[in-house]
Amino acid sequence: MERPRILEVERLAVELPKAADRVHAVEDVSLHVDSGEIVCVVGESGSGKSVTAYSVMGLLPPGQLTPVAGSIRLEGEELLGAKPRRLRELRGDRMAMVFQEPMTALNPVVRCGDQIDEVLRLHTRLDRKERHARILDILAQVHLPDPKRIAAAFPHQLSGGQRQRIMIAMALVLEPALLICDEPTTALDVTTQAQILRLVRELQEAHGTGVLFITHDFGVVAEIAHRVVVMEKGRIVESGTTEAILTRPQEPYTRMLIDAVPTLEPRPPLERGGTKVLSTERLEKTYQTGGFFRRGTAVHAVKGVDLRVDAGEIVGIVGESGSGKSTVARCIARLIEPTGGIVRLKDADLAQLKGRALRRHRRRVQIIFQDPYRSLNPRRTIGASLIEGPINYGETAEAAMAKARELLGFVGVDPNAIDRYPHQFSGGQRQRICIARALILEPELLIADEAVSALDVSVQAQVLRLLETIRERLGLAVLFITHDLRVAAQVCDRILVMRSGEVVETGPTAEVFAAPKHPYTKELFDAAPGRSWQFAKLAS
Amino acid sequence: MSAAARPGLLRAVLAHGSVQVGGFILLVIALLGIFAPWISPLDPAFLDPTIRNRLPGFESTVLQPDGTLLTVTHWLGTDQLGRDLFTRVLYGARVSLIVGLTVAVIAVALGLVIGLIAGYVRWLDGAFMRVMDGLMAIPPILLALALVALWGAGLTTVIIAVAIPEVPRVVRLVRAVVLSVREEPYVEAAISLGTPTPLILTRHVLPNTVAPLIVQGTYVCASAILVEAILSFLGVGIPTDIPTWGNIMAEGRLLFRVFPHNILFPGVLLALTVLAVNMMGDGMRDTLDPKLARRV
Repeated sequence: MERPRILEVERLAVELPKAADRVHAVEDVSLHVDSGEIVCVVGESGSGKSVTAYSVMGLLPPGQLTPVAGSIRLEGEELLGAKPRRLRELRGDRMAMVFQEPMTALNPVVRCGDQIDEVLRLHTRLDRKERHARILDILAQVHLPDPKRIAAAFPHQLSGGQRQRIMIAMALVLEPALLICDEPTTALDVTTQAQILRLVRELQEAHGTGVLFITHDFGVVAEIAHRVVVMEKGRIVESGTTEAILTRPQEPYTRMLIDAVPTLEPRPPLERGGTKVLSTERLEKTYQTGGFFRRGTAVHAVKGVDLRVDAGEIVGIVGESGSGKSTVARCIARLIEPTGGIVRLKDADLAQLKGRALRRHRRRVQIIFQDPYRSLNPRRTIGASLIEGPINYGETAEAAMAKARELLGFVGVDPNAIDRYPHQFSGGQRQRICIARALILEPELLIADEAVSALDVSVQAQVLRLLETIRERLGLAVLFITHDLRVAAQVCDRILVMRSGEVVETGPTAEVFAAPKHPYTKELFDAAPGRSWQFAKLAS
Repeated sequence: MSAAARPGLLRAVLAHGSVQVGGFILLVIALLGIFAPWISPLDPAFLDPTIRNRLPGFESTVLQPDGTLLTVTHWLGTDQLGRDLFTRVLYGARVSLIVGLTVAVIAVALGLVIGLIAGYVRWLDGAFMRVMDGLMAIPPILLALALVALWGAGLTTVIIAVAIPEVPRVVRLVRAVVLSVREEPYVEAAISLGTPTPLILTRHVLPNTVAPLIVQGTYVCASAILVEAILSFLGVGIPTDIPTWGNIMAEGRLLFRVFPHNILFPGVLLALTVLAVNMMGDGMRDTLDPKLARRV
């Protein structure tokens, strides 16, 4: 049976502002979405996948991005060149969008129910009572518990996943023909992500909606898509059914992207033999809030964590946001002061050191952060950033500079670029520079706090390989914080699973992956998107 | 330094229309003040009781020290003691600009130091900010009255009296910037690289405060010029023997209905100066801090 075509994009081209590095944000993009179908647009950052979605909604920033050629038809109606008034009518009614950031996509000062009500008021002639019934009905459909309470709640009273459900409810309340999801699960935890994906799929089946789903994650693609469109630098490189693209990718770029997705298959265990570098005993961190006039409350971010990292070993801490994994890392790096316990680095206890005594030990523990764009001072050349550490510890500028060049070469950045500023490098290059900055002090322990989470998969794979090399060549002890099980499986020798400040399970990666004991660990594994696909196996 | 991060920033500031107009007006007023002795042959304190309260354009002859007679045109007329208003207004520009500039520099410098410490050293924050709250509660005119009563009228007294209430505003601004920048990963990276706190503050935090401080500085400057004029007008600012716009207006106040020029011209110049400084501030804010510009 032929299904009605909902969206048809033909030879779309969108022009970038003059100063950009290429002429078109997207060029010659043709795709279509049929009723009851989920089409995933996959690509790395800068591939033009979001621009395509925004073009359909007519939400491109005016004056900066202008569609210059092609056509976009929604149920046969041309959208390019349509009057703003007509577009407003169509938005919400015939097409709707769910955005990436559920924290900012909702108006913080309006109750959730009223925000959905606004859509109904603008597009329908229902009276108050009918609208209220519809709101409660749609909230129940997105599986929010106690719709009455949720409708009366302000966004900040809800969790990220709940907010995203509200967004989806708002998008679907008028039963649009087309739903556009722009990375709707990227900002969410894996377990929440799995629920939201299930929800999108379920609602789409129930209502026969056509879904255009933008993502960078092939795991999500495997989980949800009927058809896949792969984009690179503004062009479509390949499209086809999910089955075909994932098992028989034709284009080298698609193959590279799929290969770069880490497997859930854990790495073979390492023979032990390194000396103990770091151990913590009953590490505690409690945040005190409140003050002179208010009664204080205490938040236990970390509760009695014991861990151990040997030389030449990568130990992973896996957990969702709020699990306390980053707090552990920051306590060990002494960016914050632990409230209790011991942080033993070889012979010294760093936990309660202060001032000068602490500064002496600083160089022994170095940390790499998540956001490569904010980890380097934008006003200083990377050379100046690199030699800051050695100069703090009494090296001459010349000696430090020589070392910096050598290390830049080691991490795969052109040493001649040492006088450039951070904005002249890509995200992956910046992360390499951050790694070089950490290594230049010859630390005994390297902490990677979500160090690859902000990177595209292909770049992520390269940085992970670099970390491997560092571990092998320098015999460093590495503490690897991540929320991503695939990444953990690839690089970690042992993992700790954290939840609400506690370690719920620990052991060699292979063992934990083969037979997770704690129910929470099992839940995490079940939530990993696309776990049924053996991604890297494909490569061979 | 910031030009490296955002190339062409200085050029962008200079290309902004209101910066150009404000800067031009300010430059003209500053040059008039600086070159006052060369522009006007008269002494601002020179009085001639025979030509009191003459309207603009009046001509008179003046006996010079070397015995020759000089014909001068009183472009803006004379005041009630027969002093040349044009000359007095020129010299008045000096006081206004000195007060504006000095107050801005003092308030920004003090505010910067206190703000950096309050923002970065968390345990000092509470105490520092409560003191600042206290300072903000003092009305500048009242403070000036008290200081004049204590130390006597004078330029220094006025500058201190005007600068003190401005400091807390700068402190709050700097502290807010520091609070957001100290969470930046590059600052945390510097901490783990063992960089001493004073270096972190000057190297990584301070440059971020420069742009908003320049903008805030212009607002402080404009308000200082205005407050100085108000204080002088009320007779609690600069001593009456020094020509300032406030003093000139205060003296012209009694005969304002008959001879409005005594108040009009210094008033216009005062308004122009404040307007010019504010225009520069607005223009710089637009280019240096686009986020703030959109919000207002």
